[in-house]
Amino acid sequence: MVALDPSLFEPDRETGPGPLSHRPTLAFWSDVWRRFRQHIPAMASVVLLAAFALLAALVPLFTTKPWDQADLFATYQLPSLQHWFGTDALGRDIWLSVWFGARVSLSVGLTAALAQMVIGVLIGCFSGLYGGRVDMIIMRFVDIMIAIPFLIWVSLFILVLTPGMGSIIVALALTQWTDIARLTRGEVLKLKQTEFVIASSSLGASHWRLISRHFLPNILPIIIVAVTFQVTNAIFGEAFLSYIGLGIQPPLTSWGKLVSMGISEMRDNPYMLVFPSLAITLTMLALQLIGDGLRDATDPKLRR
Amino acid sequence: MLRYILRRLAIAAIAIFVLATVTFFLMHLVPGDPFAGPRVAPEIRAALRAYYGLDKPLLQQYLIYMLNLLRGDLGLSLASRGHEVTSIIATAFPVSLDLGVRAMIISIAFGLAFGIIAALNRGTTLDYLTVALVLIGISVPSFVLAGLMQYYLGVYFRILPVARYETFWHTIMPAFALSLGTMATIARYMRSSMLEIVNADYIKTAFAKGLRPHQVVLRHQVRNALFPVLTILGPAVASVLTGSFVVETVFAIPGLGRYFVTAMQNLDYTLVMGLTIFFGAFLIGMNFLVDVAYGLIDPRVRIS
Repeated sequence: MVALDPSLFEPDRETGPGPLSHRPTLAFWSDVWRRFRQHIPAMASVVLLAAFALLAALVPLFTTKPWDQADLFATYQLPSLQHWFGTDALGRDIWLSVWFGARVSLSVGLTAALAQMVIGVLIGCFSGLYGGRVDMIIMRFVDIMIAIPFLIWVSLFILVLTPGMGSIIVALALTQWTDIARLTRGEVLKLKQTEFVIASSSLGASHWRLISRHFLPNILPIIIVAVTFQVTNAIFGEAFLSYIGLGIQPPLTSWGKLVSMGISEMRDNPYMLVFPSLAITLTMLALQLIGDGLRDATDPKLRR
Repeated sequence: MLRYILRRLAIAAIAIFVLATVTFFLMHLVPGDPFAGPRVAPEIRAALRAYYGLDKPLLQQYLIYMLNLLRGDLGLSLASRGHEVTSIIATAFPVSLDLGVRAMIISIAFGLAFGIIAALNRGTTLDYLTVALVLIGISVPSFVLAGLMQYYLGVYFRILPVARYETFWHTIMPAFALSLGTMATIARYMRSSMLEIVNADYIKTAFAKGLRPHQVVLRHQVRNALFPVLTILGPAVASVLTGSFVVETVFAIPGLGRYFVTAMQNLDYTLVMGLTIFFGAFLIGMNFLVDVAYGLIDPRVRIS
């Protein structure tokens, strides 16, 4: 007979866990990261975007003169060692303008897109999940939101808030979530009929659990693609507002503003258009590639 | 089905009523005076305001507008004196529609083809080439693309007419410029959602029962992958068919797109209202078709 004493019931700290649990468990996000790292174009894009963000943060800090300082003796200079990207009609350095503009364009694009994603996914899930009358009302509300002219919203937000970056971000965030909401809702409607969701909800899963455990992982790939589009649209949206004069006001500048300035000078001074458009195009390209990488990495069905 | 359509029509009417009401009051919140100008004497301004009924209390203006709307009368444009809003839409819309239909045909045909090709050849050079092409399509802002095409194809090499909208040759550049964004969007969503279902059970079943690859792709994969593309297509078709500000401005096309911006800039109240209601009706119609199409391509989504 074995003598019973309390030490027998202590957890075994020396031998450690058994052989079965030696394999590392893969949580969703660490698996995503593992797969994302293998996507070379996406990783290269992360590096590129990080470099852009760093330049946008640092170049304005380490410059001795503001970007908008005119130098009427050095107008329309071609790119050179002194002015890497050349100068514009007022002799302003385009290298500096591009990085000062990056601050506005990148923050508008990223902030607005993230806010749109949160609003859109929540409304879309809600609408798709409840379905029926709730869905009908929300979707018609979305239709109305899309149809009210964007310029009315912008004019009003400029009126209520102060003109500038803040009101543009708010206007974009509060009006452009509709695409994501409609996409999410469409996917949720489809997912709602799948066996695993029906099984889960008949086991008594709450709506929140359905959304976080079943809908989100499955719609994430599509949402990521949509968000990269929203960033693009937000940067173009700001550019469009600048083009018609409702955008960023001087002394700030943005890529959109630089591009619209470049277009009017396209015939005689093409370099003025090249650099800002290149900055926009490369950013968009990087975002789309990151979107692709994340898409492939988050897709539960492409998991190996 | 008939009951469903009737119900949707009733809901559409309510949505348009709400849209008109919200837009009406939001628009009047925007500060400014449609008749303001340095050379307009105060008496003339007062007379103009009285003539167009702007001197009445806002609520009364709203009632008058809504009663006229019920009779199909959208009122007189404030900025283009002597023109009825309905006649402006009736002259400009066919041009935009013509251009929009051409652009939509290009975007849908090429967008779907690119998306399918990329997804079927995932990870190969063909995939990357298609994705790169699409990415460039998304990443270049339409005003840059339209400007570049116009300058190089129209002015420099003289291959295509520079602007205006007359012969078939005139339609090529604007239709292409207008289609590129939608085309790239469709291609991206198509690739993404095709990949989402490559490993689905019904695809495996289809292969297992001995269907040829093209049958599986066309009947099962493409059909199921069309879902998110359809969602995007509703608003995209509505906005492409009602005209684009940028493309119509760059190519001097007398379409509807330009009015969406100029009407708001001029605070042309009646035109803004007319365009919003017109676009809203168009959009709600398109989204209705999308909802019907959901049910057609996927019997799991039951209408009602």
